[in-house]
Amino acid sequence: MKRSLAWWLQCAVTLVIAAFLLVPAIQSILAGVTANYFRGLSSGLTLKWIGRVWELYSASIFLSLWLAIACLVVTLVIGVPAAYALARNPGRLSRMLEEFISLPLAIPGLALALALLQLYGTLSGFRTSWTFILVGHVLYTLPFMVRSVLAVLMAMDFRSLEESAATLGASAFTRFRTVIVPNAMPGILAGALTVVTLSIGEFNLTWMLHTPYLKTLPVGLADSYASMRLEVASAYTLVFFAMIVPLLMAMQWASARAQRIAQ
Amino acid sequence: MSDRTFVTACLVPLAVFTLAFLALPLVRLVQASFESEAGWQIYLQILQTPRYLETLVNTVLVSLAVSLAALVLATTAGLFLARNRFIGRGLLLSVLTLPLAFPGVVIGFLIILLGGRQGLFNQLLPGHIVFAYSLTGLFLGYLYFSIPRVLLTVMAAVEKLDPALEEAARTLGASPWRIVIDVILPGLAPSLVAAGAIAFATAMGAFGTAFTLATNIDVLPMVIYTEFTLSANIAMASALSVLLGMVTWALLYVARSFAGTTVAAGG
Amino acid sequence: MTLTIETAAKTFADGTRALCPTDLTVGPGEILSLLGPSGCGKTTLLRIIAGLERPDAGSRIRFDETDVTGLAVEHRNVGMVFQSYALFPNMSVRANVGYGLKVRKVPADERRQRVDEVLRLCRLTDYADRPTHALSGGQRQRVALARAVAPRPKILLLDEPLSALDAALRDSLRDELAAMLRQFRITAVFVTHDQSEAMAIADRIAVMSSGTMLQVGRPEELYHAPANTFVARFIGNAMPLAGQMENGVLHLPGGRLELPASAAGKTAYIRSENIRLDQAGSLEGKVETVTFSGGHFRLAVGGVLPDGSLLYLQHPGRTAPESGSTVRLTIDPSDLIYLADQTSTHS
Repeated sequence: MKRSLAWWLQCAVTLVIAAFLLVPAIQSILAGVTANYFRGLSSGLTLKWIGRVWELYSASIFLSLWLAIACLVVTLVIGVPAAYALARNPGRLSRMLEEFISLPLAIPGLALALALLQLYGTLSGFRTSWTFILVGHVLYTLPFMVRSVLAVLMAMDFRSLEESAATLGASAFTRFRTVIVPNAMPGILAGALTVVTLSIGEFNLTWMLHTPYLKTLPVGLADSYASMRLEVASAYTLVFFAMIVPLLMAMQWASARAQRIAQ
Repeated sequence: MSDRTFVTACLVPLAVFTLAFLALPLVRLVQASFESEAGWQIYLQILQTPRYLETLVNTVLVSLAVSLAALVLATTAGLFLARNRFIGRGLLLSVLTLPLAFPGVVIGFLIILLGGRQGLFNQLLPGHIVFAYSLTGLFLGYLYFSIPRVLLTVMAAVEKLDPALEEAARTLGASPWRIVIDVILPGLAPSLVAAGAIAFATAMGAFGTAFTLATNIDVLPMVIYTEFTLSANIAMASALSVLLGMVTWALLYVARSFAGTTVAAGG
Repeated sequence: MTLTIETAAKTFADGTRALCPTDLTVGPGEILSLLGPSGCGKTTLLRIIAGLERPDAGSRIRFDETDVTGLAVEHRNVGMVFQSYALFPNMSVRANVGYGLKVRKVPADERRQRVDEVLRLCRLTDYADRPTHALSGGQRQRVALARAVAPRPKILLLDEPLSALDAALRDSLRDELAAMLRQFRITAVFVTHDQSEAMAIADRIAVMSSGTMLQVGRPEELYHAPANTFVARFIGNAMPLAGQMENGVLHLPGGRLELPASAAGKTAYIRSENIRLDQAGSLEGKVETVTFSGGHFRLAVGGVLPDGSLLYLQHPGRTAPESGSTVRLTIDPSDLIYLADQTSTHS
């Protein structure tokens, strides 16, 4: 079939956008392993800059991983039961509560951080501990966990499953453990990957909440962009990509799977 | 434990966390915005002070431009990717959607690599093309994180379009162009409105990109940041935050009632 | 086990009365069907028996002598087959069937033995380790039944157990289900909107409409002696012969019928299988439509009843009159059912 002009135009737009998104990312990857960025690739490839990043920023990388895991645990403990309770009471009150906990998706992180700082900033033990940043991350990622689990629950006839478990003698907690959680697993998995991915990349809240002794990966990135030579900043970005891209791909795969189930 | 008690107990952790770390801090934020001599009139001050007003207008204009550009570009690409099957389509789709969770700071850095003093364009045409630290850089940075969001929304909507409608139009003799105008765009309209609002709200609240680019263009989140950290004008920072939060929330709320979905803000 | 229901009623939070106060007793090993159109309250009553729905104050549910009204569903020891079967998608057939035993902490080897036995009775042994989504509709239904009976419940409750199947399968599985229920010798209540299903499976049928139990009886009782017009119409589609009664003669637009004296003040009902084409018949009408349905022709005859109502009849034989032709009909008065008009009952 002969392609029309419109087809070629659409194709061109798509490719230009892809190039716009891809080219700088490749640049940063290359710059991170190039001996001297100004002289270009001819200066040779090196892992020197990545080694430098490791010396300077390994603590912030580990802090981010630790925060992401802690954030995941908290969102699981709070979010999964809450999603179940919301699914059980599909009334107006539940809609309002869901809307309210989703506020951190709509309100800029900066505003939320400002709110947290003003209420808890004077509690110095809390203010300077990693749990203060954790609160911010949980605030931002919790709605993703709740919605992801809720969508899967609402799509399956979980009430019938639960009622049949009840007629078979299962108590409320046993039903939750043996029927609800296993069947909500695709939603929990998609939610978990989203939580971890977003927590590792979170900057807006964290920048305001962090202390000089508690720098997360993205805070470290901002620091390197401002004060390090381009190669180090690029190498750090490369390390970040290496962590976040597989997570993102897993997240997209899991979300698509959960969505297929939810339909 | 009875069924009702158990279901209620399931909500307790959420209720406690949300009350302590969302509801109360937001109340405190609103309260703090009233704590200057101006009282509630601080909100009038925003509109009367040229610097704040200019910032507000700038932020709205950039966000509006970004939303429109992202809509046009991502809808074109979204339709193309949804309607064509070819080798490398999956890869292309990944490239176009992966930046979804890139933090704004990283995107700012990527824009510097394109249009900064040591950027790609300045290397190709030395001494002339430096746009990263200007309005253009900000625009491109916002576009970078808006495109994946709009693209995902549009593609989901395209997949939900009933192909029979298009086939019906074709049997009635409509040209491909007329089909786009009469069938596809009206079918996509709710999602386009929603995606546009998401892009707009995200751009309004974006902080990391502007922070990295350190542009000479004042946008609202940067002003809030400087008011808070440099000027220690806490009441004004709070008032601007409340204003910004209300605008983005209202926009996303309207968007959701159009399309029924939310894509993450942030960036 | 004997199930006794006393003045069970259900009013929903919005004030709708789903079930008016109802009494019912189901004897040991008896299979009772709750039959009625959708929204008649039959599923509500079933869910009240199960403990899934809390009845209004004053309701009493007893299993033998034990009052279970306030007992939570998980402590009632009922077996239930859900309309959608509600098989646990995260478990194999064996795990589904064993679930009720597992949550009751039955030891593993005893559990295995019981599950194997039930799987054999339900002819599921070959599918024991399959995931439930890999089963056909009929197999899924048997898993749902096996899972419900495995913990040896006091009573088995079935909510439209055949409605999820396609029509062709439904007829053959109906008889299979009836045979399996009999072999378990367990008190059972099952809900259906399909009268042929109820007749094929149940020992007794309770006909319900608008939250009220209208009549309880054996299938043939309901068929031959319906208590009211709703039951007459719902079971076997009895048609009213609405005409003028004068001195024991019913005057219809298509002719006259002589009725016994006991019919005075009542309306006569007739079923299509009891009307015959007969050259010497006392009624005359015009054939409006003829449809062939395998065993017989179904004729719609106009002009017999007033107000343009059609009279339907079943005509066996290889040929049928063409539509538009005039036919004469005969009705044996002994096939007529006489019922007082009840304005309160819906039709």
